Amino acid sequence: MPATTEILGVFAHVDTTVRALEELRAKGYHDLSVYTPVPVHEIEDVVERDRPVSTVRLFTLLGGLAGLASGWIITAWSSLKWGIVVGGKPAIGFPVSPPYVVIMFELMILFGGIATVIGMVMLGRLPSFRRSASYDPRFTNDRFGVAVHCATERAASVRDILRAAGAEEVRA
Amino acid sequence: MSAPERTPPPIAGGAHVAEPTYADVNRDVLNTLRPPGNLYFAWMCVVGLILTCGILAWTYQIFMGMGAAGKRTPQMWAMYITTFVFWIGIGHAGTLISAVLYLFRARWRTSIYRAAEAMTIFAVLTAGLFPMIHAGRMWFAYFLLPYPNQRYLWPNFKSPLVWDVFAISTYLSISTVFFIVGLVPDIAAVRDVSTGWRRRLFTMLSLGWEGSDRQWRHYRRAYGLLAALATPLVLSVHSVVSWDFAMALVPGWHSTLFAPFFVDGAIFSGFAMVLVLALPMRHFFHLHAYIRDRHLDAMAKLILTTGLVLTYFYICELFTSWYSGDHIEKASLFWRLTGSYSWALATMYFCNCISPLILFWKNARTNPVILYVVSVLVLIGMWFERFNIIVPSLGHDFYPYTWGVYIPTITDTTIIVGSFAWFFILFLGFIKVMPSLSIVEVKETLAAPIKDTRHAGHH
Repeated sequence: MPATTEILGVFAHVDTTVRALEELRAKGYHDLSVYTPVPVHEIEDVVERDRPVSTVRLFTLLGGLAGLASGWIITAWSSLKWGIVVGGKPAIGFPVSPPYVVIMFELMILFGGIATVIGMVMLGRLPSFRRSASYDPRFTNDRFGVAVHCATERAASVRDILRAAGAEEVRA
Repeated sequence: MSAPERTPPPIAGGAHVAEPTYADVNRDVLNTLRPPGNLYFAWMCVVGLILTCGILAWTYQIFMGMGAAGKRTPQMWAMYITTFVFWIGIGHAGTLISAVLYLFRARWRTSIYRAAEAMTIFAVLTAGLFPMIHAGRMWFAYFLLPYPNQRYLWPNFKSPLVWDVFAISTYLSISTVFFIVGLVPDIAAVRDVSTGWRRRLFTMLSLGWEGSDRQWRHYRRAYGLLAALATPLVLSVHSVVSWDFAMALVPGWHSTLFAPFFVDGAIFSGFAMVLVLALPMRHFFHLHAYIRDRHLDAMAKLILTTGLVLTYFYICELFTSWYSGDHIEKASLFWRLTGSYSWALATMYFCNCISPLILFWKNARTNPVILYVVSVLVLIGMWFERFNIIVPSLGHDFYPYTWGVYIPTITDTTIIVGSFAWFFILFLGFIKVMPSLSIVEVKETLAAPIKDTRHAGHH
């Protein structure tokens, strides 16, 4: 396996960042990390171009369905276990007693929300308490970063691309 | 190299303020986390003192029994449940701003949403105390939850009171989750400028956020989904609270109008509370560049709109009672309008229907003093609305021999005043510990820095 290195370009503007990303992608560099203080549409358009939609939504769906099911199970099972006749109605209606819909709905939202956060944390590889080598504290303030992971012999050409695009600082 | 240091002339007046840059946002928001001055501690002392009185009153009530709170038949749900409903309602504006307005892409929400969301959580935490205070033996509060026990006892899931437990605890959990998710990138920004133990703490709390494209990608999707979940939730919570009343047969309560009526009132009072918190924040933290006149204008318009809708509901309530032809219902309404609590009804009509009308005038919508006064009146009015629903209806139901008049005692009044102190102490603590203005979301509404303006708009 050839030796690799990571080159970081620090940008002050969105358009220069986008220019660098387009150039890098055109030259065939795809192992990029982009750091931004806020999500920026122009940058997302380039980065997300050939990526599938985030799978967080799958977590939400499964969490919501699990909540719905557990709401149904706990209401139905417990009213069979401890029957309280209210208004002469059966313990469990078919497919569901109307009052239990409220419990099912609330649990759907609760489980769905918690699953969404779990999905976000897992897919975003959080929590990670060691900073990435290419991270710079300015990226939570007003600078944009493009980190390129490439073979060592390509480093010079990556530096040139970043500088030409308008990086205010380039470092390994 | 650090961010460009512009000497900050924090803006006074707020009329003509330059658009801040990304670095300005970080600087101004981090300035709010500086060690507080004497004024802050003075406020903390006042609030702490009131809270102590509230805690002592609660202790007294636990010791003496519920009689100390003036509870006697027929008004077993007196001021505690009034205040519970009031606080739950306050929370609604926060979720409305953070979830509903997010989905509608209302960009003005960004500068107030963090404070509003914190308000939601603290309001629900305050509200959550009241069922326990009200239930008397609050050490048995866990009986409300469905848990396996050796007697195979389960709560009655057909009861609106159990729905309420689920609705409120889901609301608190989801609001907190939403709040924390929104805070993560901001805590990372605080982490990057702090040192020592604070840095370690904020590293932990920010989960190691770096703002990489991978993180943002999942974050953005998750945030949108949470907003989509919180939107139906916020509408459901106050509907479920309203069913605590509407599902009962008590005249004055048994109405299908209650769910939308409660949700609208909740948003109305919630926005008033947002203004009560945001106006001093803007003044003391010099946030005029972020909480601008157009934000105040937008909030005032929402207060005005929800106030007018509420007026419509009041008229509907009167009309449906009269038109029902139900003698008991009509008698209850007549007593509410003319009996022992007619002054409370008049206060409510004045505060909720008349006082917001001044916001039709454009200058009033951007005048902090007028807005503040109107907001406080609205909060008073909305507290009385819940009082008028609960107390007179219970005091005048089907049988004359169960009629009665409730008189507040010093104990329950002190506990209720103490609950406001509890809310404000949480909020005052929060604004010095966490960024009370969202760094990320405020930046999103600013123009992104572009070098070559001729070739901008690279889509």
